[in-house]
Amino acid sequence: MATTPAPEQMKRPMFGWLLHDGFVVTQRNLIATTRVPEVLFFSLVQPVIFVLLFAYVFGGAIPIPGADPAAGAAAYREYLMPGIFGQTVAFASAASTVGLAEDMQKGIIDRFRSLPMAASAVLFGRTASDVLRQVLVLAVLSVTGLIVGWRIHNGFIDAVCAYLLLLLFAYAVSWIGCWIGLHMPNTETANTAGLVWLFPLTFLSNAFVPLTGMPPVVQTIAEWNPVSAVVLACRELFGNPTGYISDAWPQQHPIAYTVGSCGLLILIFATLAVRKYRQSA
Amino acid sequence: MNTPNPAGNAIVAEQLVKHFGDVKAVDGLDLTVPFGTVFGLLGPNGAGKTTTVRILTTLLRPDSGRATVAGIDVVKHPDEVRRVMGLTGQYSAIDEYLTGLENLSMVGRLYHLPHGYVKERSAELLERFSLADAADRPVRTYSGGMRRRLDLSASLIGRPSILFLDEPTTGLDPRSRQQMWEVISDLVADGTTVLLTTQYLEEADQLAEKIVVIDRGHVIAQGTSDELKTQVGGDRLEVVIHSGSNLDDASTALRALADGDVSLDAVTRRITAPVSGGSTILVEAVRALDVAGVSLDDISLRRPTLDDVFLSLTGHAAEEVAADSAKPTRGRGRARKGAE
Repeated sequence: MATTPAPEQMKRPMFGWLLHDGFVVTQRNLIATTRVPEVLFFSLVQPVIFVLLFAYVFGGAIPIPGADPAAGAAAYREYLMPGIFGQTVAFASAASTVGLAEDMQKGIIDRFRSLPMAASAVLFGRTASDVLRQVLVLAVLSVTGLIVGWRIHNGFIDAVCAYLLLLLFAYAVSWIGCWIGLHMPNTETANTAGLVWLFPLTFLSNAFVPLTGMPPVVQTIAEWNPVSAVVLACRELFGNPTGYISDAWPQQHPIAYTVGSCGLLILIFATLAVRKYRQSA
Repeated sequence: MNTPNPAGNAIVAEQLVKHFGDVKAVDGLDLTVPFGTVFGLLGPNGAGKTTTVRILTTLLRPDSGRATVAGIDVVKHPDEVRRVMGLTGQYSAIDEYLTGLENLSMVGRLYHLPHGYVKERSAELLERFSLADAADRPVRTYSGGMRRRLDLSASLIGRPSILFLDEPTTGLDPRSRQQMWEVISDLVADGTTVLLTTQYLEEADQLAEKIVVIDRGHVIAQGTSDELKTQVGGDRLEVVIHSGSNLDDASTALRALADGDVSLDAVTRRITAPVSGGSTILVEAVRALDVAGVSLDDISLRRPTLDDVFLSLTGHAAEEVAADSAKPTRGRGRARKGAE
């Protein structure tokens, strides 16, 4: 029936195909995002609402240790923004969980698995597109922050480093989200399971309140929580109030701890997720 | 794509076994499909059709047994198998947010085909499957029939020599089904080997040259449609009993004339009996029913259909079972962990 002659499949080294296929899947995910702008819109609205609620509801009630008491709520807003950044990018993982569960439920994963493509490209494409979306989310949040009085004090390079750390963290949790998503029987479960663990993760940290007020056990958890590290690193890099910094190693070396813990998380969960993807059948 | 050895068989399965927990979905299945044929895998829901296809298309590993596609072992070299085959599953495995064209070009690129070829081939397939006008519309605006055709196009983008179609017309309206049948017939004329699963006996009858009937995970009969019908033997006498008459009286009267078991459907008031003796049996049947005081709405004599084949082979009708094991507890596309 066809006139086009049968083609030769192109030859490339394995790693080259992983990049190529990962790029194709990333592109597909991003196109899909633009076709349902509602989803993107509400994923932007949610953190903006958080900023407004925390800045104007909790703001005056939470004193920041070390900040000028006269600054009051204004200091809290500067303190708050890196916390919101950290919390928001953590929620990128929920998108990975739901996205993968949806692809499995709709049979698209079956299609991918029947193709001679690099298997893990589906996961690399998923995490890459979910992180790229966070670039837009961070941009919108930053503008919101500027409106409520947050400022970048330490110059361009430090600010870029802060944003890169946030994206690295988003990439790490996105792999955790993938691994969870591959275990989900359907999208409804994924919607819940993708979110529940994120609340303790982001609230057991210095994102919204200084560590000083927490009971000792909780404080220790929060000190070692990568969220606290990435948020503290951003506060330092942006030149925002840091609040109380404890003697714990992650608090003393937030940048190194962020890079190290994210690297470890990516290594562990990418391995687990790729293995699960290959097995799942 | 790779040119398979025309002397060999396109698909071979030997003693395939696959369990899901306690359920034996596939239980010692053997299959041989020569190149260039359309092969029908027929059976009710839960018979093991989908599991078999998933093993042959490298989506599932068998617990034991061996299978080759185009001579390539599906467990040892899944990537090479994926290069020579196409799969259209039971549910449309396409992205509904992407347009038809974007879907095809994505699949083409993931087949690692040259860019120019993918472009040309996509346009050709969209034209061929009457989707050209809808090429730039997101798939979520497509009808069920259009989705299936696009799904099939996606499987064909790399011109696979072997194509697996898992219940390609399930859930389609009669017109879309007819269209799918035409498309599949064209493919075969083109020399593609097709393994088709279906629970529609009519579909297997119409499309497949050779049919394998499976039930509970293994093959219970095989042959051409005619061979299977001959295997069942004789003609079928079909009687519809008037609502004022007693069904049991009627079946007792007919049992005396039948060669085998008489089947009775109380809802449609239809009695089917295997008979021999040509048209004289009709006269005898009318007389016997008259004596029994039964009045008729309809009486006919016909060649056995694949339904009859199924009934005589398994002791139950194909559709009965289909209704019993009505699937989906887990929503679209994830029936994979169920019995089938």
